[in-house]
Amino acid sequence: MRVLFKQSYDQDIRIAKHRGHLIWYGLLLLSTLCAPLFVGSFYLGELSRVMILALAGLGLMFVTGFTGQVSLGHAAFVAAGAYANAWALSRGWPSLAAIPFAGFVSMLCGLAVAVPASRMSGIYLAIGTLAFAIIVEDGIIKLDGITGGNRGMAVEAPVFLGFRMWESWQLYYLCLFVLVACIFAVLNFMRSPVGRAMIAVRDSEVSARSLGVKVARTKIFAFAVSAAITGFAGALFSHYLQFISPEIFGVVLSIQLLLMIVVGGLGTVHGAIFGAALVGLLETGINLAKDYLPPGIGSQPGLEPLLFGIILVGFILFEPQGVYGRWVKIRSYFELFPLYRRKTFVRQRSYLKTDRMQ
Amino acid sequence: MSLLAVQNLSLSFGGLKAVDDVSFSIEPGEVYAVIGPNGAGKSTLLNMISRFYHPSRGEILHDGKSLLECDASEIPARGIARTFQNIELFERATVLQNLLVGRQVHNTVPDWRQFVFTPDIMRAEREHRRKVEEIIDFLEIAHYRDMHVSGLPYGVCKKVELARALAVEPELLLLDEPASGLNPEETEEMGFWIDDIRRDLKITVLMIEHDMSLVDEVADRVLVLANGRVLTEGKFDDVKSHPDVVRAYLGETL
Repeated sequence: MRVLFKQSYDQDIRIAKHRGHLIWYGLLLLSTLCAPLFVGSFYLGELSRVMILALAGLGLMFVTGFTGQVSLGHAAFVAAGAYANAWALSRGWPSLAAIPFAGFVSMLCGLAVAVPASRMSGIYLAIGTLAFAIIVEDGIIKLDGITGGNRGMAVEAPVFLGFRMWESWQLYYLCLFVLVACIFAVLNFMRSPVGRAMIAVRDSEVSARSLGVKVARTKIFAFAVSAAITGFAGALFSHYLQFISPEIFGVVLSIQLLLMIVVGGLGTVHGAIFGAALVGLLETGINLAKDYLPPGIGSQPGLEPLLFGIILVGFILFEPQGVYGRWVKIRSYFELFPLYRRKTFVRQRSYLKTDRMQ
Repeated sequence: MSLLAVQNLSLSFGGLKAVDDVSFSIEPGEVYAVIGPNGAGKSTLLNMISRFYHPSRGEILHDGKSLLECDASEIPARGIARTFQNIELFERATVLQNLLVGRQVHNTVPDWRQFVFTPDIMRAEREHRRKVEEIIDFLEIAHYRDMHVSGLPYGVCKKVELARALAVEPELLLLDEPASGLNPEETEEMGFWIDDIRRDLKITVLMIEHDMSLVDEVADRVLVLANGRVLTEGKFDDVKSHPDVVRAYLGETL
């Protein structure tokens, strides 16, 4: 069992709270850096896809998990990033300009939604963002001069310093770099005043206002940053797919992203990563398992959605805190070994919250 | 000059006059209590001062300047902090994080810059933390510092909310029923805190309260409201025997 003896405020402010964090996350980073040495290009591609999903999930987590604004339209930001990146590359831009441009375009879309969305909440916001996603999808089809409409659009390989990066390990490192950079950016936001303002807005808008938090501005900020991160994910996704068309960025993708962060664990950075790993690897796993299943089951259409549905329902019933929440419990079981009690994490609401002045 | 002057303040919800032509003023350094039966308009009055409601008539002056053009989110920057009757804490955050949100008005770093944790942000964070620790010490809640609010007992939540308001470093503190839901021991303790806040931190307090023992203990002056109107104002001992006040609380004798 680890007992932290705190001696300075910096220990609470730092990202790595103790040496265990440094060692374990360092090992994780090292193993992801070394993965291309040991892993074949198919699995490298799968890992890249998981990291792209994790990046998009991180973007959604920023606005939904931390700021409490449910968005059913994040596929639109993925699409904006993907098309902006593909367009920029087709004009001969290098990736160092194209990927930030993708994030920027997506952020502008985010601002366009956020300004009206900052007045909405709950189910109305979900419907509003859903409508936005549908508009973007239609917009892509209509703008066929730039996007190729329904025919889709081929995406050139990323270019760095004049080199084309066709290999899957190159895309893998690109995804890893962007993901790690965005994770650090999000962690820094969350330990700064603006991150606390976001959590304040999520938990009680009334008292956030009474403490000087500009609620609308905080929501708009969260939406813009979230859209930018999701736009980066879109740019990488376009490279992963190499060919993009509007139906890829439909409602199903938005729902998949939302499902991911709920299953992973709402309100934590870990949740976005775990959720992406679960959802991404599950898909691959089901496809691989199909070969070994009896033909009557393996070839059934709709096997994937069925399993997804079962897993989602299972999580909502048995572990609303998601994979990360379960992991925290398992970890504390071992940390506290003979002392852990099943009720350790049970919380009870001892009072009601007011509904006044909403 | 008085710290807060409320002049002829009125607010109607449709045909209901919630607050009707209320005037009073609070001097620096005093504890001013507003009492009255349920529905008297006390909370409405507080919500107007903290700018959640806009009065239909009247003026609120703070240090001689009008508060009416401020939004609720600009009030703490004017040196006014408040608590809520039914606790409004950030439940899925720790006590420490809750208090740090109280430092929001003292943040000078623009939002967009905070994704790189530059040394000036680090310095500011340490400074916020130091201030918050002073308040944690003051209210003796060090034990709960790293706990999530959702698991804390009600009495502690009340104290955390008070601490969060103090983290703003206000000159005027608005307390909406600080003792509601507390047992007699906790109420007595709350009285000591309010006394300390006034004496040691030199903060002026405006509080709404139903618990007469607490009002008697800490309030310098008391304003009595009933049906949105001022019944009387003065020392608690004079006010409690005032015939109008007795009638408002107990009704007419037959």
